[in-house]
Amino acid sequence: MTAPLAVKNLSRSFGGVHALNDVTMVLEPGERRAIIGTNGAGKTTLFNVVNGQIAPSSGTIKLFGQDVTSKALHRRAALGLARTFQITSLFRNLTVLDNMIIAVQALAPSHFVFWRRLSGYRDVIAKAEALLEKWRLADIRREEVRHLSYGTQRQLEIVMALACEPRLLLLDEPMAGLSAAETHLATDIILNLDRSITVLLIEHDLAAAFKIADRITAMDQGKIVAEGTPDEIRQEGNLKKIYASGGAARTTEAHQ
Amino acid sequence: MRKNHLGSVGALAFILIVGALGNFLSPYDTGLLTQMLIYGVFAMSLDVLHGYTGMPSLGHAAYFGLGAYVSAICSLKLGWPFGMAAPAGIVAAAVAAALFHLLALRTSKSYYLMITLAFSQVLWSVAVSWTELTGGDNGLPGVRRPNLGSWFPWTFASTHNYFYFVLAIFVVSALALYVFVKSPFGYALRGIRENEMRMRALGYNVWAYKYVASIVSASFAAVAGEMYMYLNSFVSPSSLSVTVSAQVLMMILVGAAGTLFGPVLGAGVFVILQYVLSTYTDRWLFVIGLIYVGIALYAPQGALVFIRDKFFAPKRGSAS
Repeated sequence: MTAPLAVKNLSRSFGGVHALNDVTMVLEPGERRAIIGTNGAGKTTLFNVVNGQIAPSSGTIKLFGQDVTSKALHRRAALGLARTFQITSLFRNLTVLDNMIIAVQALAPSHFVFWRRLSGYRDVIAKAEALLEKWRLADIRREEVRHLSYGTQRQLEIVMALACEPRLLLLDEPMAGLSAAETHLATDIILNLDRSITVLLIEHDLAAAFKIADRITAMDQGKIVAEGTPDEIRQEGNLKKIYASGGAARTTEAHQ
Repeated sequence: MRKNHLGSVGALAFILIVGALGNFLSPYDTGLLTQMLIYGVFAMSLDVLHGYTGMPSLGHAAYFGLGAYVSAICSLKLGWPFGMAAPAGIVAAAVAAALFHLLALRTSKSYYLMITLAFSQVLWSVAVSWTELTGGDNGLPGVRRPNLGSWFPWTFASTHNYFYFVLAIFVVSALALYVFVKSPFGYALRGIRENEMRMRALGYNVWAYKYVASIVSASFAAVAGEMYMYLNSFVSPSSLSVTVSAQVLMMILVGAAGTLFGPVLGAGVFVILQYVLSTYTDRWLFVIGLIYVGIALYAPQGALVFIRDKFFAPKRGSAS
């Protein structure tokens, strides 16, 4: 089987800063991979480059065996790539249902139709409703997103990414800012995802990352510094090595 | 659903009342009513860009004036009948928008505002300086009202008949735009307005949506511009001016951006204000400017939304 994601010698610098420095990484189909590392380690930059938001300075990106290094965002999405954002990225003035409809419709054949009302596309609406039902958001489907609690918005952030039936899902700090109970719920959502979806997530909550991930990649200053199973990474020496380079302050921050 | 029925009944009542009014009013007042409908189409067309897609244009007069000029030139200089001159104006505006947006879509938000302003100013200066074709500052007088051919029982020479012609075009335009904003495409436009990056990540080709939206918007602006030109049997560079662009933007902001009825109401309010104020003072634009500042400060979502939230229970939107 071809790897859902294979990046090779990926680099990207902003001015003199190497946000990504020669990153090579391959995901197995169905794998759950967590990326850990201090702030500024290059984790979100890696997501942005894979997703197509920013171009790499050098290196290649392959999705499901296809070279997408110079392909536009929407072409990568069409191959089955979806992502969530660290800063909640929803349609704030629209209802929960409308948010879902727009997400479901993105890759539906009807998405460019302007001569017929959307309410005629029962299948799109039914699918959006079904997803809300499945992820227990159906009760609030008429609410406008800006009125929702932060935790619920984070949940919708993930469910929207699932709406286009991705084969590769990038989750950028899905637990950030969540209460303990909400973190538990979000962890459950991710653990319950079908194994046909490969998941790459950035997570500062190491307990959650260790629980979800099959393998863990640790980054620092744009480089991959360690990679292995949670058990291998958890060994005292390794974690210290990952977080020590940034000094004591960054170590405590990462353990919070 | 009940709400949808209410909407249809309301729209039908609106058309019937406006239609009946046209029958009772004096020719002068009928002319004002005609203007309201024309500006209504114009404001709706801009709202597709501004209210639904989040592309604030300060140059929408470009298409309004271009449609009017091309139609007038085809009719006067080339002797084309209405059935050819009118579509020519719309096509010209659509083509102009298609070419211009190859460049303009590299910008967004306030930069888009600036580049649209520049574009309309370019057209304005062409209209002023290319005197052989456009008549320069004097404009092009003497375009005769549409005549749909000998089989059609009415001419539109009389103000009342022309009013009903405009009403018919208004209804067709409003229906077309209604379907447009309620279509899957229209939903995507709202998504782009709310969060462009998310739309791209979801797999939408945002550029293509904006491109088509701007062409549709320009076409309806041209429809309005032509109706305005035929109303006065005259077109001048002022139809391309930044004043017109600013006025139509104001109509949307008075009504409520992101709705179709809001801009129509805004257009009505604007024409009435202009009529009432200009009987008292030549500086009526100044007063309208003050009103605009008031709205921007106290009801930035639009006067209509402000009144609704203030006096009626706020409604939450719905999808289907």
